[in-house]
Amino acid sequence: MSEIFYSQAIRDALREEMARDERVLLLGEDIAGYGGAFRVTRGLVEQFGPERIRNTPISENSIVGVAVGSAMLGARPIVEIMFMDFITLAIDQLFNHAAKFRFMFGEQVTLPIVIRTPSGGRRGYGPTHSQSLESLFMSMPGIKIAAPSTPHDAKGMLKSAIRDNNPVLFVENKSLYGTRGEVPDEDYVVPLGSAKVVREGSHVTVISYSQMVQECLRAAQMLERDGVSAEVIDLRTLNPLDMDTLCRSIEKTGRVVLAEEGHRTGGVCAEIGFQLFEKLYYYLDAPIKRVAALDVPVPASPVLEKFVLPDHQDVYEAVKEVLAEV
Amino acid sequence: MSDIESRQLLSYYRTMLLIREFESRLDKFFVDGRLHGTTHPCTGQEATAVGACAGIRPTDYVVSNHRGHGHFIAKTGTPERLMAELFGKATGVSGGRGGSQHIADIASGFLASNGITGGGLPIAAGAALSIKMQGRDQVVLCFFGDGAANQGTFHESVNMAAIWKLPLILFCENNLYAMSTPFNDAFPVSNVSDRADGYAMPGKIIDGNDVCVVRDAVREAARHVRSGAGPYLVEALTYRHCGHSKSDGCEYRPDAEEAEWALKDPIKLLRKKLLDAVPQQEIDSIEQAVRNEIDEAVAFALDSPQPSTDDLEGSIWAN
Repeated sequence: MSEIFYSQAIRDALREEMARDERVLLLGEDIAGYGGAFRVTRGLVEQFGPERIRNTPISENSIVGVAVGSAMLGARPIVEIMFMDFITLAIDQLFNHAAKFRFMFGEQVTLPIVIRTPSGGRRGYGPTHSQSLESLFMSMPGIKIAAPSTPHDAKGMLKSAIRDNNPVLFVENKSLYGTRGEVPDEDYVVPLGSAKVVREGSHVTVISYSQMVQECLRAAQMLERDGVSAEVIDLRTLNPLDMDTLCRSIEKTGRVVLAEEGHRTGGVCAEIGFQLFEKLYYYLDAPIKRVAALDVPVPASPVLEKFVLPDHQDVYEAVKEVLAEV
Repeated sequence: MSDIESRQLLSYYRTMLLIREFESRLDKFFVDGRLHGTTHPCTGQEATAVGACAGIRPTDYVVSNHRGHGHFIAKTGTPERLMAELFGKATGVSGGRGGSQHIADIASGFLASNGITGGGLPIAAGAALSIKMQGRDQVVLCFFGDGAANQGTFHESVNMAAIWKLPLILFCENNLYAMSTPFNDAFPVSNVSDRADGYAMPGKIIDGNDVCVVRDAVREAARHVRSGAGPYLVEALTYRHCGHSKSDGCEYRPDAEEAEWALKDPIKLLRKKLLDAVPQQEIDSIEQAVRNEIDEAVAFALDSPQPSTDDLEGSIWAN
């Protein structure tokens, strides 16, 4: 085991998978010498050269389209979209082609593509550099969504994503890059589609993913001081969803809080909350509660940003409300 | 005309006629109510499809667009599974899931077509990138219309292909209208090929209704891109003798213009040329053979089973 940064875990996964499989290549803006806006790919061009660590012009839509076309002829491309906000420029190629080609061409093609992208706020970057847009992808069949919260899962899930034969959106909340965690020294993978109980508890199930898991764990500690035992589940993958792990926990606790950094309306929690309602209505002792960003753009001012984005305090209060229901 | 040349022309004639007959049959089926959905016919543009595919090798790749029946038949040589696709059958080239504008036949090198204008350009550039990185000597022929040349993907993909010197032939079928919008309303330049300079690549404008001119231009382009010199733009001037899609009556086009282009029908022009070189009965027998082949394609489509709905949701994922 070694303790490494989240960004290092991503870099190690890229390095190991590129050494393992020569079909893997990286495409993105400023990813070669500069190492990407968050320096995640720093040092890779020295090892693998500019053909495989391929700097692109600022052309998000066609970078993704090029990835799709290259995958059709045997490549396994990984695209870095510098900020998740910029993925809106590539939605055409992602939704119309990457997500559909396999199905609409009668399963003639496989598209092993990974789209890595930093999401989220809490850095004061303002409305077009702070978004968490993963919920858009939940309503688009054909793209898996991974959003790990620890260096361990980031490395293991990125390896799974690269070895997967489907398009995978790999969401890296930028607040996580500087967090540290234990990572095995030997090769390992974390399969996509498996949620993880990261804290056991009996009174309430708190479900989240990516950076919000850290907020939920902090809230759980605060709740423990109040005598509340919160079970925290890290979804890790949003598509496919591991409903079994969620159901097992809720059958035990009967109470649910969901938390995400994205907008409240039509968000990840909205979808999962409804699925839980459909499956577990008779197990629920209280209405399902969600914690999410306000339905306004993420502002730049630290005061406003903190007000708009959810944190551990919001999770703590939501749990208290859910427990207050009889 | 040498014997080899006339054989070649007969073969082009046969394929062009196959495309024309295929689409005129579709038209009838829509009128009869036997087909539903929509289709974008290429009637009048058969010389670009056949000429361009004749200019590349069978091992090269094609990326097509929404108006792709001609490209498909020219590249794969067979109308059967395309006809089945139009009927939504399990034996269709896309298993009945794609319909008219979402077709692929990877084994024949027909990589993709799709309904997003300009959507195929980055796909073609990506395929060309794989070819280059794997050190293979194939090329990608990407068909697109004048309308697509105003999409952001045109600039983005052509630019990438040019800086990376990808083996990509950009084949623009300029039929003078982007749906109903005349070329001059959408372009500040006179020709799509005027834009080639901006990417430091050759841009050649040709008569798209002469199949031999098209073939020769694409041959030259293929030589250029195969040598590693980067992409090459061919702009073929042509005209669709029909609406943009089956619901379009073409009210926006002047009658005189339509009449002028009707005289330049590529099939009529080629037939006239062939009559000077081969006996009339040879042409007649090709025309009969084409009708038979389309009859067989229709029979195949009608006799084919409907697609299964089992595990449709599971089928979106590859193992």
